[in-house]
Amino acid sequence: MPGSRAKLPGLRRWWRVALLAPLLLFLLASFVAPVLMMLSRAVVDRDLERLWPDSAVALRQWDGAGAPPDALAATVAREIVATRQAGTLNQVANRLNYDMVGSRSLLYATADRLTAGSAGTTVRDLARIDPRWGQPGIWAAMRHADGPLTRHYLLAALDRRLDADDRIVNVPAEQAVFANIYLRTFKISAIVALLCIALGYPVAYLLASLPERKANPLLILVLLPFWTSALVRTAAWAVLLQTNGVVNNALQTVGLIDAPLQLIYNRLGVYIAMTHVLLPFFILPLYGVMKGIPPTAMRAASSLGAPPLRAFLSVYLPQTLPGVAAGAIIVFTLALGYYVTPALVGGGADQMISASIAFYTNQSLNWGMAAALSLLLLLPLLLMVFAGRTMVRTVPA
Amino acid sequence: MSAYRSRSERAGRAALIGFSVLVFAFLVLPILAVIPLSLNPTTFLVFPEGEISLRWYRHLAESPQWTHAFGNSLKIAIATTLIATPLGTLAAIGLAYMRSRAKTAIVALITAPLVVPVVVVAIAFYFLFAPLGLVNGSLGLIVAHSALAVPFVVIVVHAALRGLDTELLRAAASLGARPLTILIRVLVPLIAPGVAAGAVFAFMTSFDETTVALFIAGPEQRTLPIQMFEGVREQISPAIAAAATLLIIASTLLLGAAELLRRRGEGRAGSAPPDVGA
Repeated sequence: MPGSRAKLPGLRRWWRVALLAPLLLFLLASFVAPVLMMLSRAVVDRDLERLWPDSAVALRQWDGAGAPPDALAATVAREIVATRQAGTLNQVANRLNYDMVGSRSLLYATADRLTAGSAGTTVRDLARIDPRWGQPGIWAAMRHADGPLTRHYLLAALDRRLDADDRIVNVPAEQAVFANIYLRTFKISAIVALLCIALGYPVAYLLASLPERKANPLLILVLLPFWTSALVRTAAWAVLLQTNGVVNNALQTVGLIDAPLQLIYNRLGVYIAMTHVLLPFFILPLYGVMKGIPPTAMRAASSLGAPPLRAFLSVYLPQTLPGVAAGAIIVFTLALGYYVTPALVGGGADQMISASIAFYTNQSLNWGMAAALSLLLLLPLLLMVFAGRTMVRTVPA
Repeated sequence: MSAYRSRSERAGRAALIGFSVLVFAFLVLPILAVIPLSLNPTTFLVFPEGEISLRWYRHLAESPQWTHAFGNSLKIAIATTLIATPLGTLAAIGLAYMRSRAKTAIVALITAPLVVPVVVVAIAFYFLFAPLGLVNGSLGLIVAHSALAVPFVVIVVHAALRGLDTELLRAAASLGARPLTILIRVLVPLIAPGVAAGAVFAFMTSFDETTVALFIAGPEQRTLPIQMFEGVREQISPAIAAAATLLIIASTLLLGAAELLRRRGEGRAGSAPPDVGA
């Protein structure tokens, strides 16, 4: 590699810092801080603490065993009424509803009776308003939400919850959706990565075996889709794969099929469009690695009598494996976070974890859940990227 | 070619070429097929038979939604370019002077926006701006796009710096120029093509960005990708094909130019760096 820092004229340390500092500060403020703050919502749980400060203190002092003390019940009752009057009860009610379905209506009904002044505030009095106050469920829900940290969202993202005795249990089968969606996300990403290997390896090999004069024009065929945005290419597939779109028409004209095939709004559409969008990300790095492999090794193998296939398998292929792994990891990790393409060409059963994150952000407004799902998406991804970087470093330059 | 001696070798080569032609077709035809579809005079998504028409392009030009979205995208992409290019260029120069260990950590930080899924970035910004009332404003989108665009500027400019003919810098130094003078008068002009290429990458990153925009743009900031996303989702028509055609032409011209600049900047006709993505 011509030129390096050693040959650049000396520059005082102060200047190096001054050159880098603006970008690093910008990224810290505009990227690192927002992402960390968002992820922290997966474990930080301060809604109840903020709105019911006295109850939060009392809940933390209670050991959770047996019946709740009457003093705690009185504090909770007082703060139910106060937040109902301030119009903020719904925030606590939403939070408790995540833990125990029905908490919301319970709190509002109780608030109405307490405001009417017709009831006392011991546990027994509350249980007369609604028998659930005499059961452990609602009290456990409040204890789980007493802040400042919670396991609730991360457990929920793993289809688990804390029961009234603080044991980790599976959520009911009909609510256990996330394991399935994660599995689907990994499966779709893995299949797309395998398709990219199958389609991309021969192409990269052909490009690398051609002289540059011939390879460069062909490289444009890889760069053209690379340059076109993922959205535009997804839109192109959405146009082409319609029931009476170009692909179905062509297949019918040729006589391969009698009736139009369902090519879109299902898994097939997702595989086609995602493979198309991600294939250049596999071909380009692998081509770079293959260009760096000296052709002399293959020639040496054949001059020593190895048949072409044998020479390829035992001499060439092993040298390209780091490139294959790096390209596949790039495709796999990009695919894990895909949102736009499955949203446009997939059906309801083809949505990946990003769609769930979007749902909890925009529609259900359960930000803790969106953060927990993001965290569980990010962790395996960072591991993969780290593994990928290590592998790329072993690529012969 | 003399290297292919045996019949089986020639057959293998033919199979390789045949398979590659199919893959090239898979890569390019779907993009090219959109162009004739956009010239179709009917409301159906079929190839025009005989007569072609610019009807759907007129539809785009006359629709306030599409023109407004185009204006927004342009404005936000220009602002992003103006932020990301200087920040990225300065940092790339700083990186070129750094030693390996600190450099690895800083490069990891700078390229992090490429690794983290865009949806995670999008909700991070949404959570940040929603309480501040900044959702539905251009500023949030510009800041987010700049963070996403800056790694491309750093990668491209850094590659240009590595391809630099350092003799010129040493010549300047031996003639008595101070380091800062060398930086401004010699180094920056030499890497100007790389910087220009980085600016184009930054512009296109913002112009094409969909996910963050979907989350944090309000009706007033509707960008072209949002308009297109909702068009595909709600009512797919040849207007989508026309918009896609315009975007394909724009990105091919701009990024093709950037690729030429980048190669000139690197001083060699090499391959694309593996880590530059869209």
